[in-house]
Amino acid sequence: MALLHTVNKSPFESNTFDACLGLAKSGSTVLLIEDGVYAATTGNSVADKIKNAAGINFCVLGPDLQARGVEEKLAEGIKVVDYEGFVDLVAEHDAVQAWL
Amino acid sequence: MAIEANGKTFETDEEGYLANLNEWEPEVATAMALAEDCPLTDEHWDIINFLREYYEEYQIAPAVRVLTKAVGKKLGKDKGNSKYLYELFPYGPGKQACKYAGLPKPTGCV
Amino acid sequence: MAKKFMYINRKAPYGTVYALESLEVVLIGAAFDQDVSLAFIGDGVYQLTKGQNTKAIGQKNFSPVYMALGDYDVNKIYVEKESLEERGLSLEDLQHLVWEDEDNDYEEKDSIRLVSRAELTDVLDEQEVILSF
Repeated sequence: MALLHTVNKSPFESNTFDACLGLAKSGSTVLLIEDGVYAATTGNSVADKIKNAAGINFCVLGPDLQARGVEEKLAEGIKVVDYEGFVDLVAEHDAVQAWL
Repeated sequence: MAIEANGKTFETDEEGYLANLNEWEPEVATAMALAEDCPLTDEHWDIINFLREYYEEYQIAPAVRVLTKAVGKKLGKDKGNSKYLYELFPYGPGKQACKYAGLPKPTGCV
Repeated sequence: MAKKFMYINRKAPYGTVYALESLEVVLIGAAFDQDVSLAFIGDGVYQLTKGQNTKAIGQKNFSPVYMALGDYDVNKIYVEKESLEERGLSLEDLQHLVWEDEDNDYEEKDSIRLVSRAELTDVLDEQEVILSF
């Protein structure tokens, strides 16, 4: 049983990302979308949160990363997926929790 | 609304602006101008081409004040004034020239 | 008489409509010949990043519009240093916004002023009209 979590809020402006990490079990996947993609960037004050979340697979939606001009800031170990990849993730997991 | 040009029909909004900016062809400008009894000269085309370049670069239709200043820089001070531009486009350089150039109505133009 | 107008931008682009709405209001307001300043704080600094490409999300890329602000005599653009640093960004990651000084042979001058939170506090305190986005 593995969940797919999605986060669409900036980690700097809301606690949605923290709420997600608090309840995401090892082995689950967190997909960052919309303003949530900023959590996937490096060299900032929230970067350690991903590093410290052992056992969680982090993915980010490429189109949202490109739109915001932060593709080059992507932190290591985060998989970039497109819309088809998003659909695949939904299909591969048992359920989806969309953190809003 | 719609306008015929180059053997095709182009959809426009209720004020005559092109509905799909990507469809623009020079013949559209000619047809729009003819319909408003304002045959296009090289001087008109200078402004229309300038507007298209500006939109391509900045993604907005410039306000008249901005257009005037920019035309002055690019085509010379004698053309960068509202008297010259209004002579070319009596319905207003912002509204009329942007329409012919296939741009949206300038922001702040009511 | 011209009043001192400040537009405060605190939201990232595309995820919400605030950034685009702010730009529209700034452009419309610029026609009224006021003394306009823009401040980018918090996630608002993300509005100015270079290399935005919205093709895949199907929204209009409005980042080129910031480059036109100089033409509208909007050339006091305050970016808060602490907000940039918290996000791992520097001025190099932002678009280079300039304005042309018509009275000085169209010399290009920088529009962005990188300021500390303390400096921005003072700039804010001088304003007569403040609009928040």
